[in-house]
Amino acid sequence: MKVDIILCGVGGQGILSIATIIGEAAMNEDLYIKQAEVHGMSQRGGDVQSNLRISSNPISSDLIPRGAADVIISMEPMEALRYVSYLAPDGWIITSSVPFVNIPNYPDVDKLREALAALPHVVSLDIEQLAKDAAIPRSANMILLGAAQRALGIDFDKLCDAVRRVFARKGDAVVEANLRALAIGREAH
Amino acid sequence: MKQLLLGDEAIALGAIHAGLSGVYAYPGTPSTEITEFIQGNALARERGLHSRWCTNEKTAMEAALGMSFMGKRALVCMKHVGLNVCADPFVNSAMTGVGGGLVVLVADDPSMHSSQDEQDSRHYGRFAMIPTFEPSSQQEAYDMMAVAFDYSERMCLPVLMRVTTRMAHSRAVVEVAVEARPENSINYDAQAANWVLLPANARRRNDHVCAQQALLEADAESSSYNVFADAPDHSLGIIASGIAYNYVCESFPDGCPYPLLKISQYPLPKTLVRQLLDTCQRILVVEEGQPFIEEQVRGVTDSRHILGRLTGQLPRTGELTPDSVAKALAQWTSDHGQCADAKDNIVHSPLSIEDASLVVPRPPALCQGCGHRDVYTALNQVLQEFDHARVFGDIGCYTLGFLPPYRAIHSCVDMGASITMAKGAADAGQWPAVAIIGDSTFTHSGMTGLLDAVNENADITVIISDNLTTAMTGGQDSAGTNKFEAICRGLGVPDDHLHVVVPLPKNMPEITRIIREEINYHGVSVIIPRRECIQTFKRHAKEKKNAKS
Repeated sequence: MKVDIILCGVGGQGILSIATIIGEAAMNEDLYIKQAEVHGMSQRGGDVQSNLRISSNPISSDLIPRGAADVIISMEPMEALRYVSYLAPDGWIITSSVPFVNIPNYPDVDKLREALAALPHVVSLDIEQLAKDAAIPRSANMILLGAAQRALGIDFDKLCDAVRRVFARKGDAVVEANLRALAIGREAH
Repeated sequence: MKQLLLGDEAIALGAIHAGLSGVYAYPGTPSTEITEFIQGNALARERGLHSRWCTNEKTAMEAALGMSFMGKRALVCMKHVGLNVCADPFVNSAMTGVGGGLVVLVADDPSMHSSQDEQDSRHYGRFAMIPTFEPSSQQEAYDMMAVAFDYSERMCLPVLMRVTTRMAHSRAVVEVAVEARPENSINYDAQAANWVLLPANARRRNDHVCAQQALLEADAESSSYNVFADAPDHSLGIIASGIAYNYVCESFPDGCPYPLLKISQYPLPKTLVRQLLDTCQRILVVEEGQPFIEEQVRGVTDSRHILGRLTGQLPRTGELTPDSVAKALAQWTSDHGQCADAKDNIVHSPLSIEDASLVVPRPPALCQGCGHRDVYTALNQVLQEFDHARVFGDIGCYTLGFLPPYRAIHSCVDMGASITMAKGAADAGQWPAVAIIGDSTFTHSGMTGLLDAVNENADITVIISDNLTTAMTGGQDSAGTNKFEAICRGLGVPDDHLHVVVPLPKNMPEITRIIREEINYHGVSVIIPRRECIQTFKRHAKEKKNAKS
């Protein structure tokens, strides 16, 4: 088993929480993990990404080579496109369809949508609306993770177990909201 | 026991388990998480290990040396440019030697993700004649801490541990010990003849440390971290250090077809290097940072045989990636027609989007609601009234004031340089000369420069933009909080020209009036806009709410 994942978005969107859940699930399966994160200056509203590699064999590089990522999980559509050169030809993009516009020269949203649609394997979801409809506005990132579950090749139940362990200290309501978010994401895909 | 740890966390836990008594550090990306981990660790708390932030890297290094003098184990952590700040005690710590183990952990930042240069700390280790470790994995980083502390005590020298951004900020599963070694007890055996660096003592110590170098190199030759793996194809030999070793391995999933020498302990083991040189036609040196090994290897043999960053096979600057290393290796295999398998493994054909202009840069920016924004708004408004105003910036979130929409600063060089550069500019006849510096940066390296300015009553206006924290690195305590007026008065800033304001849009008339008046006053003035960092404010509000519920 080997999955190379690029997680991306804008600083503060919660990509590291997604990484934490995947990492926890993988750790529990005794898999090897490497996860390179971006800290520091880039967090101030800039683009952020994390390279997450999971494998049943030892992993050498902390970074994913170009053209090798199996999945891009993105909290923002333009950020998903930023890392397309890292995606394997048969790789999947699972992205939020909601632009995060904090720069004056943000590209045309329709053209962005077309460029995404032109790629072979893309799931684009309005996770913010889905989260609002379900009254769990703070769990949009877990909806995205739910939608990515099949592409990741990690059992749904194992992701749920990881959510239970990671969010346990935040109380039952938070665990419940995030479990629902995972399920909504899986259904939406 | 297995744990998923950041490289920084593995280092921190390794140090605690090695019997650490104190960590001394100033926050700096990518080293900050080491000290933060120790601050939050249960065993560290139970043992009462020192882990409070220091005012700067020099005070940190000296305090750690003091702890070592008393026989206990101390760790100093910093980013690479911090080593410049504490270069004096660092270099001289080799002359004094150590009592308790002393490890100086420096996190380099090739590609300058959050830094102003990409200096390579291994040069400092060599320069100061201090043994240097460079782990290639999080597991090695954890294991090496115990080895480094033991080695430091055995050789009576500090040990430099060098990591880079991708090691510091990457997580992996690490097998860690269940029990920690006890701390050292106080030891009064330190000999003044070693620790008092009068010339007579220092000359003797210098001879001793120079004589130790051969021993250090012999230890590096037999170190279990420096591994030579022979392979059938001797058309090329590879030397790879630290995490660069991983990129070589990534390129050859079925094993490296060329002899491969991994280096993780210095001084450079020249016998191992010669063994490779003698049997291989060419040598490719793959290292993160500057061509430190490459230059030394070129001194050992015919330099035409040595390939790497100096000869264009690898990029001269910036951090390595699995792609840049794979490209160098693929180039070699295609030029020499050998190891076709390897070539197949390392060439990927990436996807792309047709219209590249659809992806634009998203640079970091000052947060919405940040007080620095109001400071720059006010400053820009006043400086419009002058033809040639110059604003000397400093290191922190407010450096982002260089970017649109503010475009407010003209320099940013090193911690504290705003005040001293403004003074130098004023000495040259510049007016208005404004310095803008954050609270933590001011106590780190700004106070002494302000004293220079006061002593000459330089015609400068200093703005200490106080957000009550070290914000850029994530909101660590700032050494001077609640002390800035007293510090400025103590340094001789007159009360009439020392102002505190609250940077909020509603106070704009007052702030602009004060800035204008103080620019027109031809002497040193200090304005302190003070409002808590919006990030720590939110965090504190959340903590309060959680405490209530």
